[in-house]
Amino acid sequence: MKKEKVIEMLTLLEQNGRHSYDKLAMMLDLPEEEVKQTIAELEKDKVILRYPTLIDWDKIQGNDLVTAMIDVKVTPQRDVGFDEIAERIYRFPEVKSVYLMSGAYDLSVTIEGKTIKEVAFFVSQKLSTLDTVVSTATHFILKTYKHDGVVFNPRDDDRRMVVTP
Amino acid sequence: MRNRLSKTIQEIPPSGIRKYFDLASTMENVISLGVGEPDFVTPWSIREASISTMERGYTTYTSNSGLPELRYEIGKYLAESFQVHYDDKKEMIITVGASEAIDIALRAILDPGDEVLIIEPCYVSYEPTVKLAGGVPVSVTTDMSTKFKITADILREKITSKSKAIIFCYPNNPTGATMSKEDWLPIIDLIKEHDLLVLSDEIYGELSYDQHHFSAASLPGMKDRTILISGFSKAFAMTGWRIGYACGPEDIIQAMLKIHQYTMLCAPIMGQWAAVEALRNGQKAKDDMVASYRQRRNYVSKMFNQIGLECLVPEGAFYAFPSITATGLTSDQFAEQLIKEAQVAVVPGHVFGIGGEGHIRCSYATSMENLEKAIERMGKFVEQYK
Ligand SMILES: Cc1ncc(COP(=O)(O)O)c(C=O)c1O
Repeated sequence: MKKEKVIEMLTLLEQNGRHSYDKLAMMLDLPEEEVKQTIAELEKDKVILRYPTLIDWDKIQGNDLVTAMIDVKVTPQRDVGFDEIAERIYRFPEVKSVYLMSGAYDLSVTIEGKTIKEVAFFVSQKLSTLDTVVSTATHFILKTYKHDGVVFNPRDDDRRMVVTP
Repeated sequence: MRNRLSKTIQEIPPSGIRKYFDLASTMENVISLGVGEPDFVTPWSIREASISTMERGYTTYTSNSGLPELRYEIGKYLAESFQVHYDDKKEMIITVGASEAIDIALRAILDPGDEVLIIEPCYVSYEPTVKLAGGVPVSVTTDMSTKFKITADILREKITSKSKAIIFCYPNNPTGATMSKEDWLPIIDLIKEHDLLVLSDEIYGELSYDQHHFSAASLPGMKDRTILISGFSKAFAMTGWRIGYACGPEDIIQAMLKIHQYTMLCAPIMGQWAAVEALRNGQKAKDDMVASYRQRRNYVSKMFNQIGLECLVPEGAFYAFPSITATGLTSDQFAEQLIKEAQVAVVPGHVFGIGGEGHIRCSYATSMENLEKAIERMGKFVEQYK
């Protein structure tokens, strides 16, 4: 498959992981077999890692979660740089994401917990206590407006007239 | 009482689309493939730029021919994208949509009785605007056998000593047909031979999916006889802003300007500033929309063939124009029964000219989910006629 087509296909899947092979094939104007095979390869190469579903948990009662974004300053280590400390952090299951950042701090860590207390406990007991962690600054998320390019409560209905020339 | 309405207006039949609009508006659960405008809202950067000019008090008239900034951007854009070069001070006018440009172009060039060749199937406004300008519309019918392209043979047949101008639109509404440079060459020869003026409606130019749009005005000797008409409605999802433009030879544009300044004064300033932003920073948003239309185009043209409605792959615009002759129904019967029995709205081909009979226009400017559902319903509907 041509590189542009691979990118186009991945973009489609990123927006909707439930597209079937035959529909993708039609939209991309490619044989279905080729689409199937390429997806299998992309999965094997860990280019496609997972087909997650984006959920607005705020609309589900009784499953309240708190999410915090934590700026972490660390001391990089000889030879391994930031990789080892990043790994030490991302191995905790509470950790949803870890990014190495440019700018005022080094790692941006997202934590999810049932309560503020739970998150605070994790930061003070697990994260801050790691040898190479110099400081942390915790920010709780209050409301999600848009995530991964998706607006959570869109107000853009189809306002067109039903039949126009 | 005397008849209050002019003969001209009485002779213009009511729009063939109205009936479907009324039907669709009163029914529930209708999926509409009848919409001739993008399903995207105008990209936010364009909306935001316009809002900001309003906040700063840009709420006045502009010069009759339009904002100099916008004319400059259009000139640059046409030169870069389609290799057509216009003096933005003398050979360009900003209009209230391509619609106004078509109207004033015809009024600027026609004398009573002048014939205008209209390449059909085509957008519904050409014939009435020719009549309103005192001209005589002459249908030139294209069909599936030439992929709805103009050919020299069919055109030659309709040219008379009264032919003054020819009007066409590629990429085409409703057929999705396009014309390449090679397609144009024999046509251009005929046009020059008979000294015709040309109205080239290129409003769907950006929505070309296989080949870059080719403007007939870019061929040697054509610029001086062509009025290039385009606008922002389709490419930038800006139908409601009402901004279009016409470019052409100075004498014709200045004549159009005369009509425009007395009847319209100028196009709305908010829309003009939005259009400036569209050309300066809207390329990425436009490209993303084009990519999405292309995917849907691929999908619907294959699916129509699968359910038994023969369909060419549309090369531009956002319409598929499948043949329904296999069902034995007329396009009006098909469209009416389809909406009543299967709750899918389409536009019967005959409203786009006689040559459109036997086809229906299906706009794929709607979500993939809607397209899938609509085609499933249409598949079941067609089944009963096999
Ligand atoms: C072929 C064609 N020309 C012109 C127009 C009118 O465009 P505008 O919104 O710029 O007036 C349309 C709109 O549907 C069209 O399909």
